[in-house]
Amino acid sequence: MGAAARAFEHRVARLGGGAFLFFSAIFFLLPLYVMIVTSLKPMDEIRGGHLLSLPLAPGLAAWREAWSEACTGVACEGIGGGFLNSVRIAVPSTLIAVALGALNGYALSFWRSRWTGWVFGVLLAGAFIPLQVMIYPLVRLTANLGLFGTLPGIVLVHVIFSMPVMTLLFRNYYRSLPRELFLAARIDGGGFLGIFLHLALPMSLPMIAVASILQVTGVWNDYLLGLVFAGRENLPMTVQLNNVINTTTGVRLYNVHMAATLLTSLVPLAVYFLSGRWFVRGIATGAVKG
Amino acid sequence: MTARAAWRRFAPHLALAPMLGVALVAYLGSTLWTLAVSFTPSRSFPVAGFAGLAAYERLFSNARWLLSLENLALYGLLFVAAALVLGVALALAVDRVARGASALRTIFLYPYAMSFIATGLVWQWLLNPGIGIQEAVRQWGVAGFVFDWIVDPDRVVYTLVLATAWQAAGLVMVIALAGLRNVDPEIRKAARLDGIPAWRTTVSIVLPMIGPALATALLLLLASTVKLYDAVVAMTQGGPGTASEVPAKFIMDHLFGRANIALASAGSIVLLLTVAALLAPVMIARAHGRSRLGGR
Repeated sequence: MGAAARAFEHRVARLGGGAFLFFSAIFFLLPLYVMIVTSLKPMDEIRGGHLLSLPLAPGLAAWREAWSEACTGVACEGIGGGFLNSVRIAVPSTLIAVALGALNGYALSFWRSRWTGWVFGVLLAGAFIPLQVMIYPLVRLTANLGLFGTLPGIVLVHVIFSMPVMTLLFRNYYRSLPRELFLAARIDGGGFLGIFLHLALPMSLPMIAVASILQVTGVWNDYLLGLVFAGRENLPMTVQLNNVINTTTGVRLYNVHMAATLLTSLVPLAVYFLSGRWFVRGIATGAVKG
Repeated sequence: MTARAAWRRFAPHLALAPMLGVALVAYLGSTLWTLAVSFTPSRSFPVAGFAGLAAYERLFSNARWLLSLENLALYGLLFVAAALVLGVALALAVDRVARGASALRTIFLYPYAMSFIATGLVWQWLLNPGIGIQEAVRQWGVAGFVFDWIVDPDRVVYTLVLATAWQAAGLVMVIALAGLRNVDPEIRKAARLDGIPAWRTTVSIVLPMIGPALATALLLLLASTVKLYDAVVAMTQGGPGTASEVPAKFIMDHLFGRANIALASAGSIVLLLTVAALLAPVMIARAHGRSRLGGR
């Protein structure tokens, strides 16, 4: 092949790649665009038109209605209450899961004993067991403990199901640190908890950030566990959102519904856009299991 | 042994106790419990008694369950293929971009930060023939344009593929990009000097090199295939009719709506066996590949 032909081929390949990226970007951004413009339109503008057109008279009325007036089943109090419920669920679930994950990962990396490998194997396999297999027994268990349908109940369930990934994140992280550091601390008379609190934890601040990001978005986006375990008073935002939209009879208020969907996605999207590389790192490390 | 030394030996075990409890009670215990219930004649409440494989027989003569399995197989095949191909293509394209790679990555990955509920809802609207893409194209002047898969029982599964592949492709891209970072750019240069076309280098050299990363992506996609539930609830509620029913939804409906616990338990055990059958080969291949490469 001549140099000219090669250069031509190279340019075609670059053009093709550029076009592919351009159309992919449109495909990926389309849903976000549609939600934003529709949430800014009044209903009569949506009725005659379609979802892709730009709003003629943008306004925030639909956002206000979604937050405080939209009907979920019988009550019409908006999904603002769901936002608070999601916060009340996500904050303790994240704090406890990350703390336990760090402690477990630390114990598994530096204080190995014979049977921990087996326990860890069961835990890892647990990450792949479909939730449906474990849900009903856990309903009975939490009911017997008096926790079914309560805030502590849903937090407990979230902590249980996030334990494999959290443990794994920290175990892999601690294994990547120089082992001599911890052996030296042990020779200096450091105890199990002392070394954890004064050496391991401060060194794992980056992993604490990554794990928290993963856990907050995971818990916030959960639907299934919230639906089953949270109870009427504590339904998270995702469950209320689905109730608002899929139990509606009569006129469908698309602008309010899309505003509600955006409100529900606000926290994970904000976490994603603000944390950027940390989020990516979280998935990359979380993904590489074992 | 002094009390202090005893404590030092005891403390790690105490710290691991919550994990031990979770692993044994929550995971192993509940799975065994579900297995046991699937052999009982339980309906609204779990009862003792042995009914043999009666629940499994009822399950596999249930038309809705069989349709769910069929849908899951079709969905899984298309979803995994679509997410893998799109994700890898995006990674290859983004990897060669000189400027703006980080902005592009942000655009392709943001859907992964959204819940399946939000994903399902927004695609339900986009695919709604009356207001979504079909109506938009018609109002732009293509009068007879038809894109109504979501209300077509024969095509509704494709819409689930579309929405969830949109959500998951960014994840594959990120994992593939991490793999591509380890591919020496000199390899491409050397191949080009030898007159080997770029696509040939990609297919025969670069893709095999990121094989382990792709196996990880495949593992995650397979795991999320079997879990498919939220997106269906938000997008189609299993409809039109029962055309987009999936096993996870069948189980949830029979556990909580239709109060048929033995049937639901049998369904979840079948689902668990499916997961094991799907993931075991991939995991074994990964472990094999790793030992062959002399890794950990």
